[in-house]
Amino acid sequence: MSVVNTNELVAEALSVTLGGHPVLSGVSARFRTGEVTAIVGPNGAGKSTLLACLAGLRKPDAGQVSLDGAPVLALPHRERARRIGFLPQTPEVAWAVDVETLVGLGRIPHSGARGLSDADHAAVRAALVRTDMTDLAHRDVTTLSGGERARALLARVLAGEPSWLLADEPLAGLDPGHQLDAVDLMRGFAAEDGQGVVMTLHDLGVALRLADRVVVLQGGGVIADGAPLEALTPAVLAQAYGVEAAIVPGLSGPLIELIGHVHG
Amino acid sequence: MSRHMIGKRVLLLGGLCLLVMLLSGVSLMAGRVWVPWSAWSQAAHDPRWAIIFELRLPRTILAIAVGAALGLSGAAMQGYTRNPLADPGVLGVSSMAALGAVMTMYLSMSLATPWLLFVAAMAGAGIGVAVMLVLAGGTGGTITFILAGVILNTVASAGVALALSLAPSPWAAQEIINWLLGSLADRSADDVWRALPFILVGSGLLLFLGRALNALTLGETGAKALGVDMTLTRVLLAVGVGLASGASVAVTGMIGFVGLIVPHLMRPLVGHQPGALLAPSAIAGAVLVLAADILVRLTPSAAEVRLGVAMSAIGGPFFLALLISMRRKLA
Repeated sequence: MSVVNTNELVAEALSVTLGGHPVLSGVSARFRTGEVTAIVGPNGAGKSTLLACLAGLRKPDAGQVSLDGAPVLALPHRERARRIGFLPQTPEVAWAVDVETLVGLGRIPHSGARGLSDADHAAVRAALVRTDMTDLAHRDVTTLSGGERARALLARVLAGEPSWLLADEPLAGLDPGHQLDAVDLMRGFAAEDGQGVVMTLHDLGVALRLADRVVVLQGGGVIADGAPLEALTPAVLAQAYGVEAAIVPGLSGPLIELIGHVHG
Repeated sequence: MSRHMIGKRVLLLGGLCLLVMLLSGVSLMAGRVWVPWSAWSQAAHDPRWAIIFELRLPRTILAIAVGAALGLSGAAMQGYTRNPLADPGVLGVSSMAALGAVMTMYLSMSLATPWLLFVAAMAGAGIGVAVMLVLAGGTGGTITFILAGVILNTVASAGVALALSLAPSPWAAQEIINWLLGSLADRSADDVWRALPFILVGSGLLLFLGRALNALTLGETGAKALGVDMTLTRVLLAVGVGLASGASVAVTGMIGFVGLIVPHLMRPLVGHQPGALLAPSAIAGAVLVLAADILVRLTPSAAEVRLGVAMSAIGGPFFLALLISMRRKLA
């Protein structure tokens, strides 16, 4: 293609106030394709709010989010939905549909009024294969285990073939094996041409080891932004979480060792 | 949809349509005066022809239209609220429509200008849906919607009771009570022409909601992330339910539980998809009201049992059974 499509997701000076309390104040960050970016920070730092703004689901009180140069809120709803896949925290599944139907919902931004086309079905099948859910395609979603359910919901986002995958705490409630599977999937997604991943994370160890980039939020502002080892320094962790921590070498890479509360 | 599912859907919709046609035939024949098929051939000479054309035809058409409107409204409201207990009656929309209609009767305007009753009932229903959406908010859970319904039902009943107690004449009070009980008896072709256009337009709007309701399976955030315009969805729901169920209440009075029972019975047959539930619920609603109206006519009692009363007699225990099975699932 002759046109250079950077597909960058850019947040400029975002501010959000909720019930009189500032949640985000002047947050700016650039998210590049080809990377898995983790947004970390203490509870109430504004991680989920930032992600919702990036996904175009919340209108910031000030500032704007742009995708490939265009304001994300100015995009038609369906086009935005085709380009940005969003996985909410604790996603709800209201009805006892089967897995294939659930994953097919991801095609709603693409499909016409007549239901799913052959291309839609192909995308659903591909998403089921990628998440290893093909065998469970006809199972009722309400009978799935927590891990299977999380995979089905991830498949739902993948079926939409977005260029950005924004996930709010996608690893919460998963056992270590499934956490690794989910991270592998996201790394694979970001490795594809013109695609990127942004996720909020609670687990600093995962962020340190498996993200390409880490953005640390605290009190509604960005206090660090860079490669994991540059962003997650003892000084930043002390400021963000009020904990004394050390980055120590582990058997296969750096680890965060928690020492205790910061005193004084 | 796979080929297998399309086949299943055609079978379901075709079967339901066939039932509507069969029951329509029975509905034209059945009643105090039985008009068998053989009498239809010498149409113009038989006095019974008048019964068919002037009494039973409007009644049959209205049964189909009202049943479809209520079944569809119920399916749409359940899809939007993600709550199998939602329906125009339970959530107070029918009561609000009734309040609107009763106001015009109380002011004795309904006889001089019959269309005013329709406008008032549809406005009441539309306001009912809008208030419910506002009360329950963007992230309303099951409980919030039900409570919003309780509030609407209470307010509307109080308004109706007030109109009854302040009725200018016993005759006006009697008219209101008779109408509230809900019936398809003695409706004329004029009633059909007044109700049908609104029911058709309202139902048409609701059928557009399929995609949005499917997306709402993932909750409101999920639906927004899938590109669904939630504002448009709410407007379509309020106007669609307002027109369809408002016009239904205006022409038949209160007939409850159709919108509750029908989507529940259809849901397993459409793979639990709220969007796929809409069309079958409309046709099955027509089947239910047609069948109930025929049974009501054939009941051997001095006065005809009111359709609204009969539906409540079936619907109450059904509601209870639904609640018990939901509790069991949650436990």
